[in-house]
Amino acid sequence: MSDFLAQHAEIIITLIKVLLLLFIVLTVNAYLTWFERKVVAHMQSRWGPHRVGPHGLLQPLADGAKFLLKEDPTPSGVDKFTYFLAPLMALALALTSIAILPFGPDPIRIFGHDIFLGIVDLNIGILALFAITALSVYGVALAGWSSNSKYPLLGGLRSSAQMVSYELSLTMSVVGVLLMAGSFSLRDIINAQAAHPERGILGWNVFPQILGFLCFFTSAVAETDRAPFDLPEAESELVAGFHTEYASFKFAMFFIAEYTSMITVSALCSILFFGGWLSPFPAAWTFAHYLPSAILIASGLWVMWDGIRYETIFGRILLPGVGAVITVIGVVLILLPSVNEFIQGPFWLLGKISFFLFVYVWARGTLPRFRYDQLMSFGWKLLLPVSLANVVITAFVILLRGH
Amino acid sequence: MNAPLLVFFFLAAIAILGAISLILQRHPIHSALSLIVVMVALAGLYLLMGAEFVAAVQIIVYGGAIMVLFIFVIMLLNAGVEERTNMSKMAGWAGLPLAIALMGFLAAAVARSTDRVQAVAQSGATAPTKVVAGLLFQEFVYPFELTSFLILVAIIGAIVLAQREKQ
Repeated sequence: MSDFLAQHAEIIITLIKVLLLLFIVLTVNAYLTWFERKVVAHMQSRWGPHRVGPHGLLQPLADGAKFLLKEDPTPSGVDKFTYFLAPLMALALALTSIAILPFGPDPIRIFGHDIFLGIVDLNIGILALFAITALSVYGVALAGWSSNSKYPLLGGLRSSAQMVSYELSLTMSVVGVLLMAGSFSLRDIINAQAAHPERGILGWNVFPQILGFLCFFTSAVAETDRAPFDLPEAESELVAGFHTEYASFKFAMFFIAEYTSMITVSALCSILFFGGWLSPFPAAWTFAHYLPSAILIASGLWVMWDGIRYETIFGRILLPGVGAVITVIGVVLILLPSVNEFIQGPFWLLGKISFFLFVYVWARGTLPRFRYDQLMSFGWKLLLPVSLANVVITAFVILLRGH
Repeated sequence: MNAPLLVFFFLAAIAILGAISLILQRHPIHSALSLIVVMVALAGLYLLMGAEFVAAVQIIVYGGAIMVLFIFVIMLLNAGVEERTNMSKMAGWAGLPLAIALMGFLAAAVARSTDRVQAVAQSGATAPTKVVAGLLFQEFVYPFELTSFLILVAIIGAIVLAQREKQ
C-alpha cells in the first residue's frame, strides 16, 4: 500500500488537488450568486434574499436543491446530441481554465512532498487560457442553435459574433504585459512585477499598462457574456437568450460555467495587471503581514456583534458561531508566524479576485445594456485600435530602454 | 509501446474519425463540430512534438476564431440537412485508387524526410516560441509580410464587395 502511494504520489496529489479545487470553486460559485443578488439588491434599495437562513445565507443550498430536483423536460424538435453537448462543453471548459491558474508563490510541504498551489503550471499558461476561452463560445452558440427555437437562436448568433469581435482586443491587450514579462507563464508574469520589491504597488503592470488593463477588462466582461455585454441572454428582448429552452440542472450548468469564467477573468486581471499574489506594500513593511489577521479578527467580531442582535434564534446562534470561527482563525495566524507568512500570497490574490468580482456585480447593477450596433462599433472601432496602439507604444518604449 | 506513441495513435485516431465524420454527417453544424474535433486533435499532436506555441495558436485561431465564424454563418443562413444527390459515377470509380495513390505519395514523402522532421521537432522542444518567432520575423520575414499583405488585400476586397451589394 505504502509502495503504491510512493510510486504514484504525483498523480494522487494532483487528483486530490483537482477534487479540492472543484469543491472550492463550486462552493464559491454558489455563494457568488448570493453575493450578486445581495449587492445588486442593496444598490436598488431592496433587501435581496433574506428568508432562507440568516441574511439569506442558506439560499444557495436551497437553489442547488431546486436545480437538482426540478423536472428536466427536453423540448420537441431539438438536435439531441448538440442540445446535451452544449451545457457540458460550457461547464467543462470553464472549469478547465481554473486549473491553469497559480494561487500562491510558495509550495506547501506535506509528507515530504512540495505541493504548489494550483494544478498545472504551464509555460504557455496565458495562451492555454486563451485557447480555452476561444472554445468556450461553442457552449453558448450550440445551445442557441440546437434548441430549435427563435430566441435562443438569436442569442447564439449574438454570442458568436460578440466573441469573435472581442477576442481580438482581449488578446491584443495582453501583448503589452507579455512584452514586459518576456514569458507566457503566469508565474513569470507575476515574478516580473516583483522585480523591485521596495516599490510595492508601483511595480505592478497596471500603471505602465493602464490602456491594456482597461481594454482587457472590458473585453473580458464581454467575453464572459456579463452585463453590460449580456446581449446573448438579454431578458428584455430574448426571454432568456441561449438558455431559454434549458431547465433544471442543464440550466445550472450554464450558470456555473458563467460564474466560473467570472472567477477566471478576475484572477487573470489580478495576475496580469495587479501583481497577482504580491502585496501592495513595499517588502520592508513587515507589519503589513498582520493585515490578514487584522481583517479576519475585525470582520469576525463584526459578524458576532451583528449576529447577537439578529431577529431569529437560528441566526443568533449561527452568525456568532461563524464570527467566532473567523476571529479564531485570525488569532491563530498571529500565533503561528510561518503559517502567516505562507498565506500572505493567497490572501492578496483572493482579495484582488474578490474585488474584481465585486466590480463585475457593480457594473451589472449600474450600467444599462449595450445596443447591438453599439456593441459592435465599441469593440471594433474603439477597443481594437486602442489595444493595438498599446502594443506599439509598449514595444517602442521597451526598444528605447534596450532590454 | 511507450506512452508518447500511445498518445500519438490515440490523437491520430480521433483526428481521422473526426475527418470521416466531417464528410459523412448530413447536417452542416455536425460537420463543423467534427472539424473542430480534428483541429483540437491536431493541436494535441503539436503538443506531443513539444511545439506548445503552435498547439495553442492552432486552437485559438482554427478551433476558436475560424470555426466560430463557420458556425455563425451556418446558423445565420439556417442551413438545413443536406440532400444526397446521386453520387458522381466517376468519383466512385476513380476515388478509391486516387485516394490510395495520394496516401502513398504522402507517406513516401514523410518517410524520406524523417531526419528533417525530427530535427525541427527537437529544435522546437527547447524554446518553441522563440524559435517560431525567430523563423517568422528573421529568416522568413519577406514571405511572412507578403502573406499578411495578401490577407489585407482579401479583407479590403471583402469590404468592397459587401458595400457594393448594399447600394
